[in-house]
Amino acid sequence: MLSKRIIPCLDVRDGKTTKGIKFKENVDIGDPVEMARFYYEEGADEIVFYDITASSDRRDIMIDVVRRVAEEIFIPFSVGGGIRTTDDMRAVLLAGAEKISVNSAAVLNPAIIAEGARAFGSQCIVLGMDVKQVKASSKIPSGYEVVIDGGRTYTGMDALAWARRAENLGAGEICLNSIDADGTQEGYEMTITPLMSGSVGIPVIASGGAGTINHIHDVLTKGRADAALVASIVHYETYSIRQIKEELNRRGVKVRMKW
Amino acid sequence: MIAVVDYKAGNLKSVERALRKLGVSCRVTQDKREILEADRIVFPGVGAAGAAMKDLSGTGVDNVLRESFRSGTPILGICLGAQVVLDWSEENRTPCLGLIPGKVMGFPGSLTSQAGGLLKIPHMGWNGITVKNPHPVLEGITPADEFFFVHSYYPAPEEEKRVVAVTEYGLTFPSVIGLRNLIAMQFHPEKSGRAGLRVLKNFCTWDGHHAE
Repeated sequence: MLSKRIIPCLDVRDGKTTKGIKFKENVDIGDPVEMARFYYEEGADEIVFYDITASSDRRDIMIDVVRRVAEEIFIPFSVGGGIRTTDDMRAVLLAGAEKISVNSAAVLNPAIIAEGARAFGSQCIVLGMDVKQVKASSKIPSGYEVVIDGGRTYTGMDALAWARRAENLGAGEICLNSIDADGTQEGYEMTITPLMSGSVGIPVIASGGAGTINHIHDVLTKGRADAALVASIVHYETYSIRQIKEELNRRGVKVRMKW
Repeated sequence: MIAVVDYKAGNLKSVERALRKLGVSCRVTQDKREILEADRIVFPGVGAAGAAMKDLSGTGVDNVLRESFRSGTPILGICLGAQVVLDWSEENRTPCLGLIPGKVMGFPGSLTSQAGGLLKIPHMGWNGITVKNPHPVLEGITPADEFFFVHSYYPAPEEEKRVVAVTEYGLTFPSVIGLRNLIAMQFHPEKSGRAGLRVLKNFCTWDGHHAE
């Protein structure tokens, strides 16, 4: 039986992990390669790197990070942020990432999903989607609108319609991030997540809001998510990935317990 | 020297990196002589069966693989490379290498989980294997070990005794198959953490013999 995945997410700027990540163990908190290895040893099922480097002429720094990560960890990992063309995708995949994720670039140019899927296969292409709850309308029937620019710009696109369209274009997976829940540590978004997971035939990764193991349990069961992205909850060592998986396993959620 | 067969089917680098991590020297190549002379062959692959077979027959590597199989070189097929060793694939309705009698089948679109929900295709993520016919390449692997899968098709050998291990995803499908010096796995050992590295390491010391 397929396991539910626990996926730590690392924000990387200019080749360094950001956020005040505190580690008791002997891990260089600024080094994405060391952190990736730490999470790999802890039982992470995949790792997501989100490149928040502002300037595009420093993008080769991220490629170097990807290359070094690929030599250290032997589980799939994906890279998102700043990927706009199939050439960007190729560079990241050749450096050793398993998947690439596109977010606002796909909103502005949906064809990038189809082009990427054709060139590298759907399994490589993750659609990242930031959503905000709005009043349901004829234009936004689900009541969740796709936003870009960290939530500042509303796109007029319904989250469910965009998910289905991205699937048709060839996306292999969707990472659904709730801007409302993100950073609150009050739980994942539990309305749109199960709706989306039930309305597409590709896996949905829930993102944003994990504060307790209970939240993760809920989104993987009632929330119907195939995987849960975790950030602060593991970066701040509220729980380790091992603790999360042990508790989920104890409560009957199928997770990979040997690594 | 291990030859990692290059046929534009992606994922070669991660195989190469995993082998390097194990201290094994390998060469990513599509040179026919290099493949023929290799001590062992890794045949990876991501992508569609049609394009892969077209590339393999266009370069003549298809016949090299048949020859190496006949001559007893240990061969490891991975993912797509574990599918096109059969006779024929439902994907693109493509004739394949025919090293192991059987077909490649697509997952039906209507698979449901035990809880009753519709299962997603591709089968993507970590899943376990149940060994049906013990094989030296799976030595040390326990029922608790899981492997990383990404696929919409699966190998279906004609003969039950070619099935080395099976996996559950709405149905029970052969996830590791083998015949003589060929062992082929649907999952990606190079992306399956320690369990996967163990399998790769086993392959690197396997002499290609297997009591069937």
